Amino acid sequence: MRAFETALETDPAVAPSAALRRGRAIVITSGKGGVGKTTTTANVGAALAARGKRVALVDADVGLRNLDVVLGLESRVRHHLLDVLEEKVALETALVRDKRNENLYLLAAAQSREKEDVDTVQMKALIAQLCETFDFVLIDCPAGIEMGFKNAVAGAHHAIIVCTPEVSAVRDADRVVGLLPADWRPELIVNRLRPDLVRKSKMLSVADVNDILRLPLLGVIADEPGLIVATNKGEPLAYDAASTTGAAYRAIAARLDGEDVSAPTVNTEVGLFGKIGAWLGGRA
Amino acid sequence: MIEFFRSLFRPERSSTTAKERLRLVLLSDHLSLAPDVIEALKAELFAVISRYVEIDANNADVSFEHREHDVAMTANIPILQLRPDRPAPPPPAPREAELAPEIVAQPVAVEAIEPEATAPVPTPRRRRRRKPAQAPQVSQPQVS
Repeated sequence: MRAFETALETDPAVAPSAALRRGRAIVITSGKGGVGKTTTTANVGAALAARGKRVALVDADVGLRNLDVVLGLESRVRHHLLDVLEEKVALETALVRDKRNENLYLLAAAQSREKEDVDTVQMKALIAQLCETFDFVLIDCPAGIEMGFKNAVAGAHHAIIVCTPEVSAVRDADRVVGLLPADWRPELIVNRLRPDLVRKSKMLSVADVNDILRLPLLGVIADEPGLIVATNKGEPLAYDAASTTGAAYRAIAARLDGEDVSAPTVNTEVGLFGKIGAWLGGRA
Repeated sequence: MIEFFRSLFRPERSSTTAKERLRLVLLSDHLSLAPDVIEALKAELFAVISRYVEIDANNADVSFEHREHDVAMTANIPILQLRPDRPAPPPPAPREAELAPEIVAQPVAVEAIEPEATAPVPTPRRRRRRKPAQAPQVSQPQVS
């Protein structure tokens, strides 16, 4: 702790100004694994940075580091979260700047360590420290509800719940909401929605999911091949001006930034043939 | 004929199944009650009500609803008719101040209402789709 505090005080670029800038620390969590927390963190972070906000992304998934590869920054990572917490390096040394946007920074997770190695109190202090110099601190939470989850939540002020329209993901999201501080009002991102399946009533709709979870809806991300391609290349879709999914992430960033954007939608309208089929199938 | 065509086009609405399963599983998660315990609760609830009125258990609906900070149980149970042989209402429980013998002798007045009730209740059949009977709401704090 001491090490990075001193470093921050001496480096004017990262040092807290006299009037402390209060950034918002937001944990991106889900309970269930594989629903897209890391992709969401990378894209929302990139979209916020593209709006001119200073953003720090913290990979709290100690032992299963991935935020670096999703952002395409794996070759630049020299130090990680635990190096900072254990005072081996200064915070600004461990922060990796994004290739495309100078407002975006990554603090990678330790790959060869365990979640239990993180001290909750120190983690909290680290996030507070980041909030003094960054507008947004996004914490990529590991799956599960154990120590890794507790550490990721410890320093946060707010939570975003990522949930896919599946029974297991909704159940876990509900559980996680119950574990967050009672006065929080977590916001929901419905991820990997397949409008074609929703149209055929083969997948839970956004309304179905939120009928159960009852959270403020922050965004809806459709499942699209472009996301896989983007991850293959390590280029967040949020930077792609032509991508509709990129636009959905940018809308989420705008909403987080306090802009009044229209409600998130994905077209699940039933077309003429669908309506005929529905009539023949006996539903209104 | 039309039914045959309809069955050909009838979509498999598995999203509805998913939602129903989720509701039930989350309810038992929140209340720490296993699904079979909830079924037992419903059965017992119906049995108690059936002692007083004849109910349409097939069209009864007992649901649990998430509210801001808790879960509420709402029961919609269609009443077909009152039971002529229903047990007499128990005497009102005496309160501390009413322990004097002359006030405890109230039940006689309650009995007087009885004859009217043997006639079938005219309303239920038509009304039961909307709101046939309202059982008391039981709420329990959400388990965190």
